[in-house]
Amino acid sequence: MAAIATVPEVAPGPAASRPRPRRVRVWRGIVLGVAALYFLVPMAVSFWFTVHTEGKGLSLGAYTRILSAPGFVPSLLLSLGLAAATIVTVLLLTLPAMLAVRLGAPRLRPALELIATLPLVVPPITYVVGIGTALRGGTEALAATPFWATLIAVQDERFPVVLVLAYVVLTLPFAYRSLDAGLRVIDVRTLVEAARNLGASWPHVLLRVIVPNIRSAIASASFLTLALVLGEYTVAALLGYQTFPVWIVTVSGNDGQLSVALSIISLLLIWLLLLTLSGAGRKRR
Amino acid sequence: MTATDAGTAARRGGRTRSTGWLAALPLLAFVALAFGIPAVALLLGAFTVRDPQSGLSSFSAANVAESLRGNYLATLLSSVRLSALVAVLGAVLGTFLAQAVVTSRFRALREAVLTASGVLANFGGVPLAFVWIATLGNSGVVTKTFGLGESGWSLYTFWGLVMVYMYFSAPLMVLVMTPALDGLRPQWREAAQNSGATAWQFWRHVGIPVLAPALLGGVVLLFGGAFAAYATAQAMVGSTVPLVTLQIADALTGDVLIGHENIALALSLDMIVIAILVMAVYLPLQRRSSRWLR
Repeated sequence: MAAIATVPEVAPGPAASRPRPRRVRVWRGIVLGVAALYFLVPMAVSFWFTVHTEGKGLSLGAYTRILSAPGFVPSLLLSLGLAAATIVTVLLLTLPAMLAVRLGAPRLRPALELIATLPLVVPPITYVVGIGTALRGGTEALAATPFWATLIAVQDERFPVVLVLAYVVLTLPFAYRSLDAGLRVIDVRTLVEAARNLGASWPHVLLRVIVPNIRSAIASASFLTLALVLGEYTVAALLGYQTFPVWIVTVSGNDGQLSVALSIISLLLIWLLLLTLSGAGRKRR
Repeated sequence: MTATDAGTAARRGGRTRSTGWLAALPLLAFVALAFGIPAVALLLGAFTVRDPQSGLSSFSAANVAESLRGNYLATLLSSVRLSALVAVLGAVLGTFLAQAVVTSRFRALREAVLTASGVLANFGGVPLAFVWIATLGNSGVVTKTFGLGESGWSLYTFWGLVMVYMYFSAPLMVLVMTPALDGLRPQWREAAQNSGATAWQFWRHVGIPVLAPALLGGVVLLFGGAFAAYATAQAMVGSTVPLVTLQIADALTGDVLIGHENIALALSLDMIVIAILVMAVYLPLQRRSSRWLR
């Protein structure tokens, strides 16, 4: 599941304090009741499923078993490493390009918008099919050249660079939107020209002037990327790598309680990430 | 603008244009490499047929034609039907939920529902499947407690999938619709009421037309999410419900006849075309939305 959505800002709606006729409250109650039932029951029941064993009573064993489950640490480390590499790459690629569009090459803006929309349109599974085909074709075609070694290195099981490439593409739309929101509220041109006139070099302008001003946008882009990489299953599974989400499936075969416990943990993880995300966004104001 | 101003602007533009273009180069090169090459490989492969006897490849539309026939077509249609159902049902539930929250007097309720929506809209993949299997699967807690198994209940069906997909679709719709519903000004409703309009007339002639772009955008988003979903379906139903994503994965892992290897590519191409068509409906409408909702 690659879709990442963010919570819209909680503004006190104009309707918040307006009195409403009683008639309206009836359907509202029904809607909220049905939604609460539909959304809360599976969570509560799943938690019950993980802690209750028939004939044995209650225990948190499923949660403590996670730590000792074989493969837990390597797969989690791999996913975190991939996430770090993806975050660094996507920021290094998009930030200069977005500054360029604002400073000197506004005609590139439509191209950038297109790049930031395409990964949303193309379903991840079709993207994997494309990658797989390209890798196979490339390995055949380049067998006699030095590029062949590169292609093999890219697919190294310990750190598959090809996954970083794929994740950067998948996360581009979210990074672009976050950074765009951040750059929109500062006067990029004035800041850059002031810094340049005072003799700052381009790397200095980027790292000491622009980055500190859009810190929260960078934080939110990073968290969205982290959430995407930690939850991405399709690409990693079909290319045959043991990332954290793939490991969850592998380990679930023999221990139902453990797999549901892991699911609840990942739900909590998303919640924690979003909480940090909205915290980072709030600091700006 | 004075002549000097214009001159400065032109000089400034001229100076930064060359460097500006270069700074965007790494991103463009990266996308060409990581997105362009797989796209071209997919397109070429979808139109290539390899003769099993001679091993020679030739250019042909046979794969694409086959992917639009018989079993493959049924799979594709089943996927579209599932996604459309999830999109419409999710849109209805999500919109009503958003409206219930927007018109509520309780700030806490609003914040709680929006936060929960943010979390659940991102909660997909395999963990989602596990949570539902533990609840309503064959040996799920609710199934066993109420003896649903004997009455023929099964989560691993088309409607079971619809039910599970709604778990991330409806919250996504809440996130899409809340800002739009906030933009619906109370003055419009008051003006309509003062002019003697009924509630139905207000929604028919004011509310729904203003919300239409957001609604349609949400439906497109939900459709796309359900259409592309693979992990949840794979963990839940395996292959009992025909879905194009499952079919592609099967074909990719070698479960096809010799000479039909490229059917996965053709099916992927079909998927992309459908996704683009659905998106194309939405994009022109999105431009219109900014006029009223600001």
